[in-house]
This record gives sequence, C-alpha cells and structure tokens, in this order.
Amino acid sequence: MTGTIFNIMRCSINDGPGIRTTVFFKGCPLACPWCHNPESVAREREIVLRDDRCIRCGDCIDSCTSHAISARDGVIVTDRSLCLRCGDCIPSCYAGAREAVGREVSVDEVMHEIVRDRVFYDRSSGGATFSGGEPFLQHEFLMALLEACKRLGIHTAVDTSGCTSPSILERAAPFVDLFLYDMKVMDDQKHTAFTGVSNVLLLENLRRLTAWGKEVIVRIPVIPGLNDDPENIRRSGEWLSSLRTIREVHVLPYHTSGTEKYARLGRRYALGATPTPDQLHLATILNELRHHISRVTLGG
Amino acid sequence: MTERVRKLREQSLQAVPTLTPERALLVTDAYAEAGCVSAPVRRALAFKHIMEQRCICLNEGELIVGERGPAPKATFTYPELCCHSLEDLAILDTREKVAFAVSDDMRAVYRDRVIPAWRGRTIREKIFEEMTQEWKDAYDAGVFTEFMEQRAPGHTVLDDKIYRKGMCDFKREIGERLAALDFLADPDAYARQEELRAMAICTDAIVTLAHRHADLAAECARTESDPARKAELDTIASVCRNVPAHAPASFHEALQAYWFVHLGVITELNPWDAFNPGRLDQHLYPFYVRGIAEGTLTRESARELLECFWVKFNNQPAPPKVGITAAESSTYTDFANINCGGLKADGTDAVNEVSYLMLDVIDEMCLVQPSSNIQLSKKNPDAFLRHAGKVIRKGRGQPSIFNAETVVEEMLRQGKSIEDARNGGTSGCVETGAFGKESYILTGYFNMPKVLEITLHNGVDPRTGKQLGPLTGALPELTSFDDLLHAYKRQLHHFIDIKMRGNNVIERIYADYMPVPFLSLLMDDCIARGKDYNDGGARYNTNYIQGVGLGTMADSLAAINSLVFADGVLTLADLIGALDADFTGCEKTRLLLLNRAPKYGNDDDKADMLMREVFDAFYDEVNGRPNTKGGVYRINLLPTTCHVYFGSMTGATPDGRKGGTPLSEGISPVQGADRKGPTAVLRSAGKMDHVKTGGTLLNQKFTPQLLEGEKGIDNLGHLVRSYFTLGGHHIQFNVVTAETLRNAQQHPELHRDLIVRVAGYSDYFGDLGKTLQDEIIARTEHSGY
Repeated sequence: MTGTIFNIMRCSINDGPGIRTTVFFKGCPLACPWCHNPESVAREREIVLRDDRCIRCGDCIDSCTSHAISARDGVIVTDRSLCLRCGDCIPSCYAGAREAVGREVSVDEVMHEIVRDRVFYDRSSGGATFSGGEPFLQHEFLMALLEACKRLGIHTAVDTSGCTSPSILERAAPFVDLFLYDMKVMDDQKHTAFTGVSNVLLLENLRRLTAWGKEVIVRIPVIPGLNDDPENIRRSGEWLSSLRTIREVHVLPYHTSGTEKYARLGRRYALGATPTPDQLHLATILNELRHHISRVTLGG
Repeated sequence: MTERVRKLREQSLQAVPTLTPERALLVTDAYAEAGCVSAPVRRALAFKHIMEQRCICLNEGELIVGERGPAPKATFTYPELCCHSLEDLAILDTREKVAFAVSDDMRAVYRDRVIPAWRGRTIREKIFEEMTQEWKDAYDAGVFTEFMEQRAPGHTVLDDKIYRKGMCDFKREIGERLAALDFLADPDAYARQEELRAMAICTDAIVTLAHRHADLAAECARTESDPARKAELDTIASVCRNVPAHAPASFHEALQAYWFVHLGVITELNPWDAFNPGRLDQHLYPFYVRGIAEGTLTRESARELLECFWVKFNNQPAPPKVGITAAESSTYTDFANINCGGLKADGTDAVNEVSYLMLDVIDEMCLVQPSSNIQLSKKNPDAFLRHAGKVIRKGRGQPSIFNAETVVEEMLRQGKSIEDARNGGTSGCVETGAFGKESYILTGYFNMPKVLEITLHNGVDPRTGKQLGPLTGALPELTSFDDLLHAYKRQLHHFIDIKMRGNNVIERIYADYMPVPFLSLLMDDCIARGKDYNDGGARYNTNYIQGVGLGTMADSLAAINSLVFADGVLTLADLIGALDADFTGCEKTRLLLLNRAPKYGNDDDKADMLMREVFDAFYDEVNGRPNTKGGVYRINLLPTTCHVYFGSMTGATPDGRKGGTPLSEGISPVQGADRKGPTAVLRSAGKMDHVKTGGTLLNQKFTPQLLEGEKGIDNLGHLVRSYFTLGGHHIQFNVVTAETLRNAQQHPELHRDLIVRVAGYSDYFGDLGKTLQDEIIARTEHSGY
C-alpha cells in the first residue's frame, strides 16, 4: 500500500493537541484560491524551482531529455510547457534549486517516521495528524495509516474539508480521535464559485461526525472579501451551534506566507493583492461566533 | 524589586571593570617575608597578609558586604601564576571586548615592583618550560588548549557544611587532626602537618576579613544620620561578627557566610569557575523556614537579601586572561552556576519555596552573573518546570535545565555514593560534580575535527605543513571507511597521549608549588587526609578533557562514508583537493557535501550512528586513564567559546564547512544542519550515552513565538521532559529572532541589554566577537513549528 505525500512535519504544534507529526497528503478536490499550500492541490509530482539557490552550473540542462531547460544570459531558464515533470534534473542539482514536491511512500515508511517521536506524544498527549491536500482523496492509504496508528495506541487527527463519501467517513471515524474540519463559506453558490465544489456534502458530513459523537475542531479561514462578511459569520455560528460535540472553533486569519510557493511552482497567486484581516475586524468575527459557540480561539 | 536593589543593580551594571595591583603587591611582599617555610604555609601566610591588609569597602545601601577588590568590578591579578606584561596590560586596557581599565599607577607599580619580582618565576612560565616540543606544536596548531596555564584548578562547588559549621569548628577539627598525626608510622606526617597548619592560618585569616567588615560597618553606623540605615549597618556588623567564624543563625547570615567564603576562594587564587554555593535553595531552606516561623523574615525580605547576594556575583568579573585562553573563553562571566531543585540526599523531591523564590530572583535581576540552572528530576512537580519555563522564554538564556536523574547516574557510574551523588549537581557550563567533595578539573578543550584534518593528511597539519602526528596512511592506503576510522583513532591516541603527559606534569606543578589551603579546608576529605585540594585531598578527584566539534565530526564522517565509500560519487583525493582549496572553484563539491550527505541532528541513524562512533572513539581513548591524584579521566562535551577558536585553526571539513569558520558547539548539530525541527534534534542527541560523560551541552534556539502563551510553556516542558526521558544531560534555550540579533549587531547601542546563551552561560550579545555573533545568528532557528 502506497500513497503520495509532500511532507512529513515533526514537532508540529498547531495541528491538534500536544506535540505531533503531521503527514501532508498530496491532492485535493477543492481549489481554494487562498490555499497557502499550493503544492498540495495537484495529485501528481511537481517541480519546484528555487532560483535563489541556483549556482548556474548548468548541469540540469544536459539532464533534461525534453530540452525544457536552457541558459540565457547566464541565467538558467525552465520552460514549464515543455517540462514533463520527470524529475531527471533533480539528482544533478546539489544546490537544491530544483526539487520535487510529492513522493510515493509506503505505509511502513510513513509509520517509521511517525513512531520516532512517540516519546514526545506520550509526554504531551500528542500524536499523528493527517493533513493535506485532502487525506480522504487517498482514503485506502489513509485507512491503513489510521489503523496502524491505532494498533500502536497513537492518537490520530485528520485535517479534512469533509469532501468524501459518507460510507468512507463512517469506515474511518472509529480510527480518528479528532477531526480538524475546515469550514469555508455557508452559501453554497459562493462555496461552489470559490472552491469548485458544493458544500452540501461537506456540511452534512460534519453533522454526521457530530451525530456519531466524534470530537471535532472546526477551522474557519477568514479571507477578506470572500467569507468575512457578517452574514456568513452569523450563519456559520448558527450552524455550528446546532451541532453537538464541537470541541472548539479556530479562526484562522488569511496570511500571505504561501505567496513565494506559487512563484516557485510557476503559478500565479490569484489572491496576491488581498490584505490580511485587521485585528478589529477579527475581534468582531470572534465576538459574533462566541454568541453561538463557547470555545472560539484565534489561530490554533 | 526594591529601590535598594534597583540602585545596587544599576551600580553593578554601570561599574567599569578595572584591574587593581593591590593583591599583586601584597602577595609579592608576603612571599619576600615568608622565609624558610613549606609551600602550603607560604600560601597561607600570603592569604593571611592579603586578608589583613587589603582595602575593604561598604557600598551604599547594601546588605550583603564584601568585594574581591577595593570596589565593585575592581579585579585582582595573580602574578604568581601569570604575570601580566606591560603589553598585556595595554591590550587589556584597550581591547574592544572584555576590556579592563588599567591606571597609570597600576602600570608603574607593575613596571617597578611586580614584573621584576615575578618575571621568570611564574607557574605559567614553568608550565611552558616543562612542556615537550610536540606538546607545544600541537598546542600551537589548535589541537587542544590548556586550562591551567593562567588560571588555577578550581572547578568545584561547595556543599552545606558552612551552614552547619563556622571557621572555629573547622579550626578545631584541624587541631584534632594535627594532634592525631603519627610521625612514627606515617611517612607523610610532616607534609600533612604543614598542610593542616596552613589551613588553620586560613581559618583565622577569613575571620579577620569578616571582622574588618564588622568594624567598618559599626564605624559607619556611628556616623550614619538615617536611623533606618544605621540599624541596617548595626545588623551588618553583628552578622559579620558571627559569620563565618560561627555557624550562621539566620537567612541573612547564611548568605553572608557563603559570600566571605566565596571571596576567600577567589582571592587565594583565581580558580576556574570562581566558586559556587551549589544547591543554594537546599542550603537556605532551613533558615527560610525558621525565619518565617519566628517572624524575623518575610518572603519579600528574603527576596531582597537574595537579590543583594546576586549583585555581589555580578560585581566580580572573571580575572582577565590573555592569548589563547582569552580566545577560548572571552567573557566577564566567571561561571558561578547556582543550582535549584533536584533531589534530596534521600532521593525525594527537593523543590521547596526557596526554589521558586530563586526563579523569581533570576527573572527579576536579569544579570549575566551568577549563572543559574534547575536540576530537573522526574520527581519535581511540573509547576516548577513551568515556573522556570516562564523565565526561560524571556530569552536571557537562564536558567538552563539539567536532568537530575542522569546527573546522579553519571556520578554513580564514577563510583560515588548515592548520597554524595544526590547532593551534587552541575557547575561551570554543564559539569557534573559531587559538591563539597570533588575536585573535577577541566584540563583543556580538544579539537576533534582538527585530528580528522591531520588524519586526512597522513599526520601533517595542512595549515603549517608540519608533521604533527604519526604516519597513519597516505590517501591510496585509505581504501575503506574502516581504514580511515582506524587511522583517525591512531591519531587521536597520539594527541591524547601528548595532552595527558602535559596534564600529569602541570598537575604536579600545582600540587607542589600552588597548594590552596583555604579551598582545601572547605572540601571533604582534605582535613581528614591532611592533603591539599590540588594534591588529591578531595574525596573524589576527576579530570576531564572536553571534546569539541562532535557535530562537525559526525557530519564529516557521514559525508565521507556515504559519498566517497558507499556511493562513490566522489573520490577521497578529490574531496581532499576541494578541502585544501577551501572549496574555491569547487562549489558543487561543497554543495554535494552539504546537501547530499546525512547530517547529525535529523534523527537520521546514518549520521547519528557516526556521531556515536566519534563519541565512542573519544570516550575509549580518555575514559578511565589515571591522573596523578588517585582519580581518573572522564570526558565531557562542551565548548564554552572554544569552537570559534578551534574553527579558526581548522581548514575546510568534509561536512562542507569552510575553513576558519566555527565548529559545531557542544553536542548541538552543525549550525543550520538540523532541518527536521527540535524533536529530531533531541532524538539525535538522545542517541549518545550521556551517562558515560560528566556533562554534555545542547543548545536550542527558539523564537519567542514558539513559546507564547500557556501552550508555549507546555510545549517547552514537554520537549525538556521528553529529552530527559531519552537520557539527555542538559538543554538550554536561546529565545530570540535572528532579525533581532542582526539588528543588535548593526546597532549595538540599542541592544546593550540583549543577553544570549553562548555555551554553558549567558553573555551580553554586544560583548561577543563578530564571528561568534554570526555563529549564534546562524544556529538553526526553530520557528514556524
């Protein structure tokens, strides 16, 4: 059993309780324009270019069979329209200016990494978090990892948009100690327009989880101009207050830390000009949500 | 903080470190007058002369009295060990970092009296005369340093005895021991008699110093117009009358008793790490409880006394060093490192109210001296660790944290009793010791990567072209990784032999010419044995060689193993060619070494097992060898600032490090090589057998964000406790941003208060050299986790 991931981050302290190891799955059915992990969206491997690291040795030019790389005025240029994303240029680049994002790994390989920090999980009530991308897009792989963790008594969390079939969710739920559930916008038309996916299934799956008594932390990204209007915040609060077992709501203010990542992937960042939300506005949003649900925190 | 403490602290911060010739003159006179006496008695008479004649002072508003010199930060010199030349004095006066003001008067006194009396007769000159040419060559090449060439053996800490006994009691014990000497059966009876007589002279001398302070306080009280201050001065007079002559009767007296003893030790000679009260919260607790119960003490008055005590340490800069010794530890800090928490002798939780009070004092005083640490046992409550965490996250590098269980286990392995082990702790940077009972001497730093450089050049130091080591194989002969490792171990053996031969001579020089009867009477079992601290009088006598550059070594071996011998991407000849060129024209090779080889600090067994290989090679070479005092050698892994000096003496290394840049420090990974976050670093460091050392130093630099809020404190605690579960000895934290540090480098005037953890101690960032500043900036920042 293998899956495609793009990172395993140890000592993660913002993806559930305690000290955790977060496994980032590659591939997501949603296409949120604010995504700060743009490398997580596509399922297949991508090539990241870090021009700041390039020492202009030119060894990559010869390694490329599709002639996508050339030198112009001493600068190495990559024509992404010719690039097959084979990754043949990467081994020769000792400078790390060319890197692959996404690798196929076995369950054993991932578990080998997860178990390394058990001493920290034991002490801090931490564990493993499966994030993405959307972990449920590779649900067989996810199930295998969840089962493996539970066999070892490791606490599990899944960071999801909920975009999966109810039967898959039901199969996974007993192996998940905590769901980190993203909620973007209540209005379905807007949701479809922003992410390319309707929110009906997503909201229903959230209701199912709470009905099964699963522990859930809801995470709401606040994207100025897209979902930070009072109407959406009020509706979010009302919806959440109708659900049981919502442990906490984390409000995650939009930030621009992903901007550089888009450039390295050769993509345009649609939200480039969006400002980060101001403190006053965030306070208003927190207050509104607190009318409906008791534990609301900024960040998480 | 009370107004009094604020003023005293300010005065301490403002005081300019100066040199005073007073002690030099007094010791010169005393030696001239001593006549035909034994070495211990001569030393005791000099000590007595200094204590009787030296200027004393009482600073305005202070409650704990006594300075080493005539004023705060006025610092003695020790010409019998190392006589500063006029050029040395000029350098000290004008150097940019860690300067000491030298007056014209001092220069004249040195020129006319001190230098003529001591030049050619100092211990330093004797040591260098006695060293072999191969020792000098290795020393000049930066293979090792020598601790005792201008400072005396010290490296020791006091236990609880001065809180139970006064000098009168010690003198009585000495008298009883003298009376029991058996001149018929014991061939050393005369030597013991001389040592014991010397100790007795010292007990009187320190009481004389205290009584002179009592007289001065009483005199000041007579003329004092402020009735409140007058009462304080009367109290000071009565305190100084009672201690250290008799056992202290109050919290105030306990602190003052220690302080006179401290002054005695650092005046008698200039021992490394000054002196140190050790487990201060344990020593003070009975006085605290009694004072509170009797209504003579409040938590606030105890805090004020402790804070006055803290200022005293900050008023005593480390005696100035010159040459390589200045480079290996360039700081005003004299490494007094107060312990807090830990275990009691019976193995129970030692944390008490004074432990928490001390943490508050550390927080409030924000001084580089004294240094402080907590001995964290699994039996100590989390509340204690959290309390410490809240001080640590302010980013001043204090307190550092030690694993009490590992520290105890280290001492048990060395053969100490369980009670002596539990009553011990750590001092200096990270050194484990049985307080009040052990002489644990650091003899010098050892440059492990330099030995690899010499190995790769078949015994030649490429920096000078000199053949320093044996012929252990030219390149064509090194056909496997095992060949290389074998050659490295042979070179290591060669240089450790050279170092130890030197140590064994230097140790006898101190034993024969520089006994320390005052320090000796404080350390078990010097009185019982009638033997000096410098001659094996202590119950335990351990010597150390401190390995430096573990991370650089591990990564260098990992690069050679994987890229040269396993993958064959690079030949050994090409590698050495690139190193010899300092990677000029070989940037691709450097990047290959840097980015394509396993690195220690990432929980990668391929690199971490080689770290263990390096550790074991060093351990096997050093551990268990005898010293001249009946004890044995052990290893520890700490650098102070020597990784910078050693780096400057070492060419490019196979881990991709450029020549001349700092080596890795302590057991921390190479600066910037750890890419998987703190848990991976802790796991890697946890793979070494810390119990086989007498101390390892692990630096972790965190940005303040990681430690924000209650969650940040939780995480800090989890990381520490988990590392200690893995068996780690010590961990310390730098909590700053690289941006802040860069800013401080550019605008030092705006960041005078910026304290960073350097090695086993904290220092003002602005006082550090540029290279060291750069190195601290480069240490991996664990932000964003």
